[in-house]
Formats: sequence, structure tokens, C-alpha cells
Amino acid sequence: MPTVAPLDLEGHVVAAHFLGDVPFFANASGTIHRLDGGEKVTEAHQGLLNCIRDPFSQTLLTGGEDGKVMRIAADGSTSLLAEVPRKWISVVACGPQNAVAWAQGKSSFVRTADGAVREFPEERTVEGIAFAGKGMRIAAARYNGVSLHWVGTNAPAVDLDWKGAHNGVTFSPDGRFLVTMMQENALHGWKLDGKAGENRHMRMTGYPAKVKSLSWSPKGKWLASSGAPAAIVWPFSSKDGPMGKAPQELGTRADIMVTQVAFHPAEEVLAIGFIDGMILGVRMADGKEALLRRPGKGAITGLGWSANGKLLAFASEAGDCGIVDISA
Amino acid sequence: MADAKTETAIPKPIPVTVLTGYLGAGKTTLLNRILSESHGKKYAVIVNEFGEIGIDNDLIVESDEEIYEMNNGCVCCTVRGDLIRVVEGLMRRPGRFDGIIVETTGLADPVPVAQTFFMDDDVRAKTELDAVVALVDAKHLPLRLKDSREAEDQIAFADVVVINKTDLVSPEELAVIEDVVRAINPAARVFKTSRSGVDLAHVLNQGAFNLERALENDPHFLDQGHDDHVCGPDCGHDHSHDHGHDHHHHDHDHHGHDHAHHDHAHHDSMSPIHDVTVKSISLRGGEMNPDRFFPWIQKITQTDGPKILRLKGIIAFKGDAERYVVQGVHMIIEGDHQRAWKDGEKRESRLVFIGRDLDHDKIEKSFIACQASETTPA
Repeated sequence: MPTVAPLDLEGHVVAAHFLGDVPFFANASGTIHRLDGGEKVTEAHQGLLNCIRDPFSQTLLTGGEDGKVMRIAADGSTSLLAEVPRKWISVVACGPQNAVAWAQGKSSFVRTADGAVREFPEERTVEGIAFAGKGMRIAAARYNGVSLHWVGTNAPAVDLDWKGAHNGVTFSPDGRFLVTMMQENALHGWKLDGKAGENRHMRMTGYPAKVKSLSWSPKGKWLASSGAPAAIVWPFSSKDGPMGKAPQELGTRADIMVTQVAFHPAEEVLAIGFIDGMILGVRMADGKEALLRRPGKGAITGLGWSANGKLLAFASEAGDCGIVDISA
Repeated sequence: MADAKTETAIPKPIPVTVLTGYLGAGKTTLLNRILSESHGKKYAVIVNEFGEIGIDNDLIVESDEEIYEMNNGCVCCTVRGDLIRVVEGLMRRPGRFDGIIVETTGLADPVPVAQTFFMDDDVRAKTELDAVVALVDAKHLPLRLKDSREAEDQIAFADVVVINKTDLVSPEELAVIEDVVRAINPAARVFKTSRSGVDLAHVLNQGAFNLERALENDPHFLDQGHDDHVCGPDCGHDHSHDHGHDHHHHDHDHHGHDHAHHDHAHHDSMSPIHDVTVKSISLRGGEMNPDRFFPWIQKITQTDGPKILRLKGIIAFKGDAERYVVQGVHMIIEGDHQRAWKDGEKRESRLVFIGRDLDHDKIEKSFIACQASETTPA
């Protein structure tokens, strides 16, 4: 049985991530808590809206109600990357070569390592941004589709159209697919390497709730999602992705919704966080389940694995966070 | 104190007030009052522009209006995408405020704002639409009705209409404005004021979308009227009903009607009621047969949903000891039992539709056909 080291914080905790061996917890109030030989606290924002881990630089990137975009280093030090007075920054993204992006109204902004900032306007509000794994390219999710921009050139955007509101976006690790989360209870995908005239669309529907969490398996064979009383895991290993295939349903519980999913960094094992605070670990190969944490006070809002995959940090909307040690 | 304890013990959804009104109608002044007067409550305010709110308050959020059509084949199913995002953020730290106020731009359609609170599951789980409040500039309403549909929509959609800047018009002009407002929306509570000086108790915490409270304080809907509404001294409770009918006939006799018929003396130059395209249908019936009524209301909101701005009603079902209340916005309809019928209370069903191009005769006939006994036409 894995052991759980609890960390009780005040209020809604937005995310949990590891930088090296140190777990970080981002509180909606704006404080960043890290367990580095005792609990240490950094005041990052007056109101924090989003906190993601930069896979390229071992830092965290945050956006806040104070209109600031901050980078949080492993030692808890903060640096201000952008400030937009009186706007909420709820969309941030990390890219290669220390590039970051954020959304402000109907534009995406990309700041490269040299401090230069470029704006990429859309016709509608930008609801999500993702960097492609290779090359300096962003995808901006907006109403009726996604716009792809090369950051370094003035080439016109490539528009991927699909009717409806797209609230979030992710590239597959190999860059062959792009998937959005929609206002409707659905995902939509595009095959990016298709031939001209080939059907590029992938409709992934049937969710009882909005999908808010996505996670790619380590080699990109699977895409796990929340939004149902089980983790819905779509197969992406074949040339055409999940087209014509049914997803796997892992960790099914009667009517308890999954709120967060996070693949282990090395194994095809999925951590599944539920609305009642329970966390399950499920192995893709045989669907075998392990209880990682019993139900708590509130929904799981964030899951983050340590680099070696032995520790799992979790955040909760009620503040009852903690770390699961699965090697115990 | 006992109440306060109960409230903290049971987490209640946060009430949301939607504030509409044309540019210059006095929304900013009213917001400033809500934010600065000492009423013991704190409000988070979502605005399109900070504009002239001269108050430093970190709970004022600037948000760009972003309307999303839902992919369900229904053209009237629209939501405000920006509100979904901002409300989600606000509700992560709910202890900071007692309510949320959404200010819309002068030209905004209030419908997507309201529908957001019904159609988005996350928003719906944590908040509750309290009331749509429309501010009307008494001086400029006739002009607004002439040159836009939005001013009319805002009144038609409101639960509370505040006629503002009454000091800038004569009593006769004001009477016309009131008539127009009631013709557009007989179900709203109407208050007259100047300098946005309306009692905040008439604006906030109305529970207008709360099925248990929606129709309790609606003097135009219930026989046991309250005296706090502002009809003229000659106003009977059929006031709204009559106007609905007047207006109805007006629409249908469009080409042949007599202007003098509608002109209240002194207002030959302005006949704003002629610019009104929204009409209301007030229906009365006896006890209803639920097996007929539910399929009927489902069907009518499906087929006529795009034309219906609001509907509200109290239904008496045969053999049912409780009043059933319904309300709707376009195709969204909700209904529930409200309370037991009181002794001596007339068991009567009433329903008001506010909308455009509604077929009065068809709706009335089909409503009456839902009665448990069809021997008592309204």
C-alpha cells in the first residue's frame, strides 16, 4: 500500500508539480508552497489562475488575477515575464528555448528567451495555447477552431476549423496530432501529417461532463482524459490515431467523476484523480488498479509525478493536498 | 443570528445579478453605489471596461464579451465564454464576496449572459442567477426604441426594470415611459428613480430565477398584490393584461390602426409604443392536466423557443396540493413545486410569454386545451 504524506493548505489549490525532488503546490490565493526540507512559501500573485510545469527548463510558469506571468524556479525564486494591468491571465504555455506564451483577450503573446515579445491576434478570444514539441510553433485554441503560428516568421496562420468553442489545446508528443477540449462535452482532434484531401478530423465524444484534464502517455501512444466517471483513454499509436476505435475506460466508478489524469513519466501507468478526492493508479496493460489515496475533502485539481516516477503530488480544491509514495 | 448560522452551515450558490441598460442609463452610477454603500455585503463585479468606476477594488474584473453558440443545433443556445472562465476563477475563492454582478455593455444581448448560468454545468453548480436588472433612461427611451432592438430586448428580458433619470422628464412623459415598459414586460417589477437612487434592496438578492421565490413578490402576477410597485394611481391588476392585449391588437392591425387610439394626450410627437416589437401573452386558466400540460410546454418551447425571451407561470394541477412554478429562457425551461396552495387561494393557472412573433391565439387555445376540465375558458 502506498503511503500518503498530507499537506493541508488553506483554500483552493490549483496545481501540484515536482521540480526535481521538490513538490510544489500553487494556491489560488497566489502563494506557492514547496516542501524542501520543510514547507516554504513564495508569494507569486495576488490571485493565481494557472500554474504549469515547464518540461523544457525545470521551472513553473504561472498566470494570475494581477495580470502577471511569472516563472518560479526550483529554489522558489520568482521572475516577472509579463504584466498586463487589470487583465486576468488564465492561459499560459511553455515552449522550447525558454519561450513562454500567454493569452490576453483575442491575442496570444510569445516571449522568447531574449525578452522579445510577439503578438498573434485572432478574431476571437484565445482560450488555450500549446507549443509544438519541435520547432517554434504555437497552436491557439479559439471559437470555431485552432490557429497555428510559426513564432519566428511572418507566414500566415494555418487555420484548423471545427465549429464550436475550443477551450484548451495539446500537441501529441510526436507532433502528428493536435487535440482540443471543447465547451461541449467533447474533444476534437486533427491529424496534422495527413495528405491533402484526406479526412483530418477526429471527433471524440460521449463525455457526460466537460473535459478539463488531458495527459499523453510517455511515448504518446495514449491520450487520457477526464470528464467521465472513468478515465477515458484514446489510442493514438496507429497512423490514423483513434479514428474508428473505441477508447479504454480505466478506473470506472459508479457516478464519481474523474477530474484529473496524469501519466507516469516512464511507465504506461495512469494516475486518476476523482471529484471526491480519491486517487487511483491504473496500469494500461491489464487495467489493474491500485488505490493511491482515499477520498478527501474536495475534488482533485492537480496531479504531478516526480521525475523518477516514485512520488505523486496531488492538489485539491479544498486544500487537502499531499504526496503519495508508490515505492513504499 | 440564527439565520446567519444556518447560512454558513449550508453552502449556498453565489447569487449573480445581471445589470443591463443602454449607454448612459446610469449603470456605472448604480454600480458605484453598490460598491461603496454600507450594506454589509461584498460584490465581485464583472465589467467590460473599468470605464468610470472610480473605485479601487480588486474584485472588479474586466472581461471581453465572448459569445459562443452551442453545437446542439439550437441557434438561441448561446453562452458567454468569458463569463464561464471568470466565474470559475472567482469561485475558487468564494469567501471574498457575497454575490457577483455582471455588467453588460449598452448594446449587449442579455440572453447569453443569463443562459450561461443554466447551460454551463460548472457555473450552474456554484452560482445561481438572481435577477436581470434593466436600467432605462426615461429621457431617451423613446429614441432608443426607435433606433435599436437591444433597448427593447433588455426590458423584455428583465426581472426588475429601473426607470432612471425621472427628473429629466415631465410626469406625463414618465407615465408614457411606464406604459411602454409594462407593455414590453408585464412580468417585471418596475421602479422609478433619478440618479440611480433606487433602493438596493429592490435590485439585489431578488431570487427572480429561484423557483421558490420567483413569483412571490410579483404584484402583476398574483392577486395578493404588494403596494411597492409603481403603477399609476389608476392601475388595477389587469393593467398589464390589458396592455398585452392592446399591443397584441396593435401588431395585428398594423396597417389599419388608428394612431389616436394609442396616443396619451400631449405626446403626439413621440409614440414610443409604436416602436415596440416585443409582445407579451398573459394566459389564465383553471386547473391543468399534467399529462397534457407538460408535453404542451415542451413542444411550445421547442418550436417557438427562439421567439420566446422569457416565460413565467404558476400552474395549478388537478389533484395537486402544491403550486407548480415554471420559468424559461428561450428553449431552457425549468419547473418545480413551490408551496402548498393556501386556504381560500384561487386554484388558477397563469402563464406569461414575452417574445416576438408569437401566435397569441394558437398559444392561448392550446394552453386552454391543457385544462383538466375544459368547461371554464379564461
